Order: sequence, then C-alpha cells, then structure tokens
Amino acid sequence: MIPVLARLRDTAPKTALLTAAALFSVFPLLSMFSAALQPQGSAPAGISFPTNPQWHNFVDAWNVANITTLVQSSAVLVLGVVPIAMLISSMAAYAIAQLRIPFGNVFFLLLLLGLTLPYEIVVVPLYYQMQQMGLLNTQLGLILPLIGLNMPFAVFWMRTHFQSVPAEISESSSIDGAGPWKAFRHIQLPLAVPALASLGVLMFLSTWNQFLLAIVLIDDPNKRTMAGALQGFVGAHSTDVVLLNAGALLIMAPTILVFLVFQKYFIRAMLAGAVKG
Amino acid sequence: MTGVGVLSRVDLGVRSRARWAGWLFALPALVMYAVFELYPIITAVQYSFFDWDGINVSQPVGLANYTRVFTEPQLLASIVHSFILIIFFTFLPVLLGLVVASIVREIRSKWAGGAARTLMFLPQIIPGAASAIAWTWMYSPDGAVNQLLRALGLDSLTRAWLGDFTWALPAVGIIGTWLATGLCTLLLMAGIGKIDGSLYEAASLDGANRYHQFRAITLPGLRQEIGVCVTITIIAALASFDVVFMSTQGGPGYSTQVPGVQVYQLAFTENRIGQSSALAVVLSLIVLAVILPIQRFFREK
Repeated sequence: MIPVLARLRDTAPKTALLTAAALFSVFPLLSMFSAALQPQGSAPAGISFPTNPQWHNFVDAWNVANITTLVQSSAVLVLGVVPIAMLISSMAAYAIAQLRIPFGNVFFLLLLLGLTLPYEIVVVPLYYQMQQMGLLNTQLGLILPLIGLNMPFAVFWMRTHFQSVPAEISESSSIDGAGPWKAFRHIQLPLAVPALASLGVLMFLSTWNQFLLAIVLIDDPNKRTMAGALQGFVGAHSTDVVLLNAGALLIMAPTILVFLVFQKYFIRAMLAGAVKG
Repeated sequence: MTGVGVLSRVDLGVRSRARWAGWLFALPALVMYAVFELYPIITAVQYSFFDWDGINVSQPVGLANYTRVFTEPQLLASIVHSFILIIFFTFLPVLLGLVVASIVREIRSKWAGGAARTLMFLPQIIPGAASAIAWTWMYSPDGAVNQLLRALGLDSLTRAWLGDFTWALPAVGIIGTWLATGLCTLLLMAGIGKIDGSLYEAASLDGANRYHQFRAITLPGLRQEIGVCVTITIIAALASFDVVFMSTQGGPGYSTQVPGVQVYQLAFTENRIGQSSALAVVLSLIVLAVILPIQRFFREK
C-alpha cells in the first residue's frame, strides 16, 4: 500500500502539470467550439456545455464564409506553389551539392540571407512589382512570389539531403554514360523521396496558412488562402460571435484533419524542419 | 605524376565545362529567388530613402525616414513592443517546454507522451490568424478568461483584455506563448530522448537531486534544441504580424503596435511607402543582429 501511495504522491503533481499543459493547448479551441454551437443571434458567455447544440451553425457558416470556394482556391495556390518549388529547389540543391557548380557556394550564401529575413521587407515592393507585372489580384501573382520566397528553405533542405548521398552513386551513374539530367531524374530523385515528402508537408502548411502576402497581393477574399480569407470574414461578421467562431473553426478544420491523419509524418517533418532551419 | 597531371588537365577542361552546364539546374531557382526576393529587398532599401505616397513622384529625403523610425513615438514603440514580446514568444515557451519535457521523461509513459504531443502540437498547425480569432473570443468581456476569473472569485480582475492599454500587450503575448509552446516542447522532448539515460542513473546514485540533474545533464544536453527554439521564436516575436493584425490591429492606441503591422499600415493605409520601407529595413537588420550572435552562441560547444 505505502509504495503505491508514495508513487502516487510523486506522479500526481506531474500528471496534473501535464494535464494542465495539454488543456492550455486545446482550451481556446474548446471555447470556440462551445460558442459555435450556441443558437444564432444569442450572446454566448464563456465556455458552456451546449444543452441544445446547433450543429446547423456549421452548415450556415460554410455557406456564408464560402468554404467550398476557399478550399478550391487554397488548393489551386498549394498546387501552384508546392510541386514547382519542390522540383526547382531540388534541381538547384543537386547542382550545388553534387554537380559542384562554380560559385555554387556563393549562391548558397545568398540563399541563406533569405532564410532569416522576415516577409515584411518584401511585401510592399512585391505589391508594386505585381502591379507593374499586371498580376495584382490574381492567384498567379501570389503563386510566383511564394515559389521564390520558399527557395531559401527548400534549397537548404534538399542540399542537406544531396550532401548525404554517397558519391559512388553519382559517379557510377556518370560512368554508365547517363547525362546529369537522366541521373537526376532516374537515380537522384527517387532516392530523395523521403526528404521531398517532408519538404512537401512543410510547404503545404506554410502556403495554406500564408496570411500577410495573401491579404496584400489579393483583394478578393475568395481568391486567397484559407487564412487570408479569414480577414474578410471577420470584417463582415465581427459582431456575430456564433457564426464567427463556427466559420473560423471551419477554416481551421482542413489543416487539423490533415494533421490528425498524417500526424507522425507532420511532427517528424516539422521537428526536422525546425532543427535544420 | 606528370602523366596524371596532363590527363587531369584535359579532364579538367571537360569537367569544368560540365560543371558550368550544371548551372542549368540551378537557374530556375536562382531566377525565382532573384526576381521575387532579392529584387524586392533591394527595392525596399531604395524606397526607404524617398518620400513616396505610391502615386506621385517620389522625393529623395536622405536618412530622414530612418531618423523618424527612432524619433516618432509610435514607430519606436512598435520596436520596443517586439522586444517585449520575446518574453512571451520565446522565454515562456522554452521554460514551459523544459518543464513538460522533463516531466514526460520522468513519467516514462508512452501514452502520456503521445497524448501531450498530439494536443500540444495542434496550435502549431492552425493559421496564426485563426488562433487570433480564438483568443479574441477568449479575451472578450463575455469570454472564457473572465468566466474563469469569476469562477475563482476574482471578479475584480475581469476586463476587456484586448481593449486595455496596460493588459493588451501581455494578452497578445500569451497568444504567442500558446502558439510556440507546442513546438518547443516537442523539440525538447525529442532532444531529451537522445540523452543517454545512464547519465541520470549515475547521477542519482551519486545523490544528485532532481534540480542538479536538470542543471548538469538535461540543460547541457539540450543546448542545440534550445538554440533552435530560441532562434525560431525570436524571429516570430520580432516579425510578428498575423496574430496582432487579427486580434488588435496594434490598438488600443498603439499599445500593441508591432513593426510588422506598422509596416503594413504605413504602406497601405497611410500611403507612406518610404517610411514603411525604412521600418522594414530596420526590422530586418534587428532580426539579423539578434539572430546571428544567438546562432553562434548555441552552435559552439
């Protein structure tokens, strides 16, 4: 009996602390959820157990916030940014790490500069640049800058991978007479799949959640990312607490769902991404 | 030796041409980076020396925009606030992360570790703008924070948190704590997992208490991970935008103004492009000046 008690006295405070930390993480989301289920037009107060949950609020918010359109436009942005950024960053990383192009290190240092600089310094010039190019308020006008701005991290990430590929593999492929492009496509890329997959997850998340560039470069909330569209939605419904919370939850839902399904993968990618970045 | 030399010289000629041809691989990335990042950076520096409203002809003003960053109270305050936010975005998450990671190590329960991991990681993957909405509701007069205070009998402390000149900045800061704690905890948990468990056993045999073990084993073992947390979260604090923009817009007054939101407002609501650019350049230099020494400190052994 006594050892059990002693153990309990040791673990109870720890468990309590852990529970508190976990609760802190989900509490704001629960508070949103509780408000989102109250009757529309009512003024919810704090967290309360919804005695009469109005699930229909989510359907209404879906329609009011135009979620179908938003998912589509976010998907277009992600599909426009992620595959191209993955391809050209791994080509560049391959050239720097394996082909050892002249001045490759200078290029790499230049990219490292972009790794720490905040988006705030590029956003205003990009606005006028896109205006000149006639791409303001178009999705292409958001896709192109996002590809460019993803280069520092993406090349950095893929370079780490290509540096770890044993030299014998690239040498043997050049002895076989395969040109650098063939070697890249048929030998190097398949080997890079794990690194590319993590990179894809990270870039998906950063594109989907991109806010600053989305609200500056695109006026129409329906052409923005999900995160960017929130701004328009809040502006229009800031007084309707119920609908606002339901809409915001719907806007968060896709990333949360994707996260819960691919959880292990996400965490691994984000932790590795953090360490390398 | 000479034979090899001749061979390699021929070989070098072919190989150097081949190496230059490799630039074809690097070119698309270079072009995209140059056009959409380097060129805008140069343009921002250029704008910062002019007075420009975005429409009419710009006037060169020398360093006046930079002087104003440090003399106009609102601009200077935004920079000060971004440093205050480091307490909330960096210091608290690292501290909480260390506590949680140490506990999970001691409990050695896979279940607790896994559950903590999933729940604490959630804030990391939702858009910052959406978290701001969640917290705006929490902080509202009818929100959960005041509800909790009332339940604890602390009615006198209730207020509209984000509308309060004194409390709005810490309140915004806590949103940052909420966002960053999960990532830091997970990084530190992964780091602790790599520390040799026998070190702890040996230490406790030597009579080292929990605090000593933490000082002598955990902290040094996590040096790299702490460095990563500190770097990422300091950048997030100094260059914060999403959370502040969606929760307070810098208000009330300019009590939560930060450089990111200020850059946006100067450019797009006040049409002071030059001033906005000067602030953005100063912000970037501050980020570099803070991050580079930190990187060096945590890298060296």
